[in-house]
Amino acid sequence: MPDQIIKGRSIVRNEWQLLRLAEGQEAASAEVPAGKVIVPLAVWEAQRETLAVRGDIGVWLASDQRPEVLKEDLQRFPVIAVDFPKFTDGRGYSIAFNLRMRLGYKGELRAIGDVLRDQLFQMQRVGFDAYDTRPDRSIEDALKGLTVFSETYQASVDNRIPLFRRHQRGTPAEHNDAGAGI
Amino acid sequence: MYQYDQYDHLIVQERIAQYRDQVRRRLAGELTEEEFLPLRLQNGLYMQRHAYMLRIAVPYGLLSSKQMRMFAHIARKYDRGYGHFTTRQNIQFNWIELEQTPDILADLASVEMHANQTSGNCIRNVTSDEYAGVAADEIIDPRPYAEVLRQWSTFHPEFLALPRKFKVAINGALEDRAAIAVHDIGLTVVKNEAGEIGFKVMVGGGMGRTPILGSVIREFLPREHLLTYTEAIMRVYNQYGRRDNKYKARIKILLKALGVEEFARQVEEEWADLKGTEQTLTLEEMERLVAYFQPHAYETLPNIDVAAAHADNRAFANWLKRNVKPHKVPGYAAVVLSLKKTGVPPGDATAQQMDFMADLADRYSFSELRVTHEQNIVLADVEQSKLFALWTEIKAQGLATPNIGLLTDIICCPGGDFCSLANAKSIPIAAAIAERFDHIDYLHDIGDIELNISGCINACGHHHVGSIGVLGVDKDGSEWYQVSIGGSQGNNSAIGKIIGPSFSAQQMPEVIGRLLQVYVRERTPDERFVDTAQRLGIGPFKDFVYATPIAEAGRLVGEDEYA
Ligand code: HEM
Ligand code: SF4
Repeated sequence: MPDQIIKGRSIVRNEWQLLRLAEGQEAASAEVPAGKVIVPLAVWEAQRETLAVRGDIGVWLASDQRPEVLKEDLQRFPVIAVDFPKFTDGRGYSIAFNLRMRLGYKGELRAIGDVLRDQLFQMQRVGFDAYDTRPDRSIEDALKGLTVFSETYQASVDNRIPLFRRHQRGTPAEHNDAGAGI
Repeated sequence: MYQYDQYDHLIVQERIAQYRDQVRRRLAGELTEEEFLPLRLQNGLYMQRHAYMLRIAVPYGLLSSKQMRMFAHIARKYDRGYGHFTTRQNIQFNWIELEQTPDILADLASVEMHANQTSGNCIRNVTSDEYAGVAADEIIDPRPYAEVLRQWSTFHPEFLALPRKFKVAINGALEDRAAIAVHDIGLTVVKNEAGEIGFKVMVGGGMGRTPILGSVIREFLPREHLLTYTEAIMRVYNQYGRRDNKYKARIKILLKALGVEEFARQVEEEWADLKGTEQTLTLEEMERLVAYFQPHAYETLPNIDVAAAHADNRAFANWLKRNVKPHKVPGYAAVVLSLKKTGVPPGDATAQQMDFMADLADRYSFSELRVTHEQNIVLADVEQSKLFALWTEIKAQGLATPNIGLLTDIICCPGGDFCSLANAKSIPIAAAIAERFDHIDYLHDIGDIELNISGCINACGHHHVGSIGVLGVDKDGSEWYQVSIGGSQGNNSAIGKIIGPSFSAQQMPEVIGRLLQVYVRERTPDERFVDTAQRLGIGPFKDFVYATPIAEAGRLVGEDEYA
């Protein structure tokens, strides 16, 4: 099976190689291969001079890292990834939100790590547009996770207008019955 | 009350479809139990000692008679004929089959209800004052704001995988009846000097293992900023709350670690970018929501001295005194239906009682009911002239126990009988105490007192804020009970102090008896138990309780001995 990711709402070939440091491996001396590579933040920071001249470097953030540290370099990355070490770790959602809303990042924002179907809808709402879903699960299935809801109450990155501003909503005068009953 | 429009209906329907598919995938083995866990918890489904337990949201405790009837239906069709009203103004069913949960959700949706976010590490059902809209001391009805928060927090994409659960309570009156100090966020409606309405924002309260009262991080938040400011708090918490240790993951720990000022500063910084964005509430939206909570079509009635009219009926007088509360509209009263009859687990109601309560609501109270955080039910809008007739009816159904706010109005978690986290049973303790002190004159003499029982340190039974708190503890595999006194909820919230070594189950009624004896001996006129306990400290109570050995056997001493 080719290495695939979800991009937008389609399954596409993954063109990026993800670099994760091995236990004890130094960021400064880690070898960054040729071609499109998403490197850990620490590697970017340690090897910034050599990497900055390349146009094929992306960077990934761990869930306890702050996107603000990339402020100066942000728009140079064609891809920024955010790692979900565990599907229950929700920090990545706030990182994505801040990358998009606060820092105005426009490039590809990719979710990596423990990325499962039931998270994709939320991920898309906070600004992710690419999902490197867990390889032991069907990516076709995961795709269905993006279209669970057709309306949402609150604003986020995908739609900055909350429901109450988006639509003329109901008023008590229009109601006469609290539902169909049993 | 609030009624769904097309969007609420759509979202709930899509949610059911999503959840139905999640259940299907779990049963087909496409989801592991580990993966399914957070998904089902977000839908209020727990695995308990014997079976699945489903917790259904009653947003800010407000129910229509139709919705109450639906609970009766669920109790009959999917459970064993009863349900359990909880301290978070929700209802739980204890014997649920996983396969049936999607159908239960569909049934609930037909009466505009759901089980969304009643559990899990997300923003939970927002709780509020059970007398909202009818209380004389109300500044503003908190329910439209609770509703706006309910909608905003429902499937909030950023805050569904928080470090820990998150509870918000909102109070609109001078007296806090929503226990805001023990919530992650406690909001109280205030007016500033210009007469504008806003919220005082408290953060970092909670019970559990580390009971802490919330701290005020903002004295006045203009109401239009409610959502953006809450979002700022949530974002700080989501990023910096501890995730390495479940027991240190609540926002209260973050607040303590950073200090109130630093925490508030970070929130303000986060908020600076959000303030004024589209999420800011509009006047139109608030007016739209307020319109759902308009006062009912009250008659113009005089106030009646009901007590004087039935002075010869002591049982009715007792009930009036304890279970009937003032109403801001002349000629009306709010009535508490007691779910604390001796012999019944606190908060339990049978399907038949639920149908009956729904029927009462239709006939006496504009078809509405409220769930209280003390696990009782309120009919908020009863004509004073009908109180006697109402009392006569409910007496026959076991809902007229005249004990609201008294010793036997016990808050009690399900404990070891149902809960897999329990260290000890709690319902039998409540039962033994209720039985021992089942003497109305004695109870009335003791007066206002909150006896709260939890089966473990998670504190579902609010033991920390009980005038007397009982906590089940495990010692070498057997069940023991630790007692604290002086806890309080509301405007003068306090965490109770432990009096000393724990007791056996059989000793508990006598321990309570001894605490009450000290109180009766030491109280000044009109002093409540909690005030005496706070004035004297634990010393005299501790000395007396531990002075002589306490018999193991359930030797029942006549209550009059203490009176
Ligand atoms: C039977 C299944 C239940 C389970 C498994 C359960 C689980 C828990 C857990 C784990 C906590 C601790 C959270 C923490 O602070 O770290 C907690 C707290 C709490 N639960 Fe439950 N609970 C159950 C039933 C109930 C019931 C029946 C009620 C209401 C009567 C309730 C209301 C609460 C409340 C009010 C707290 C206090 C938390 C706080 O503010 O810190 N729970 N529960
Ligand atoms: S306090 Fe403990 S025993 Fe009681 S319901 Fe909560 S988790 Fe269960």
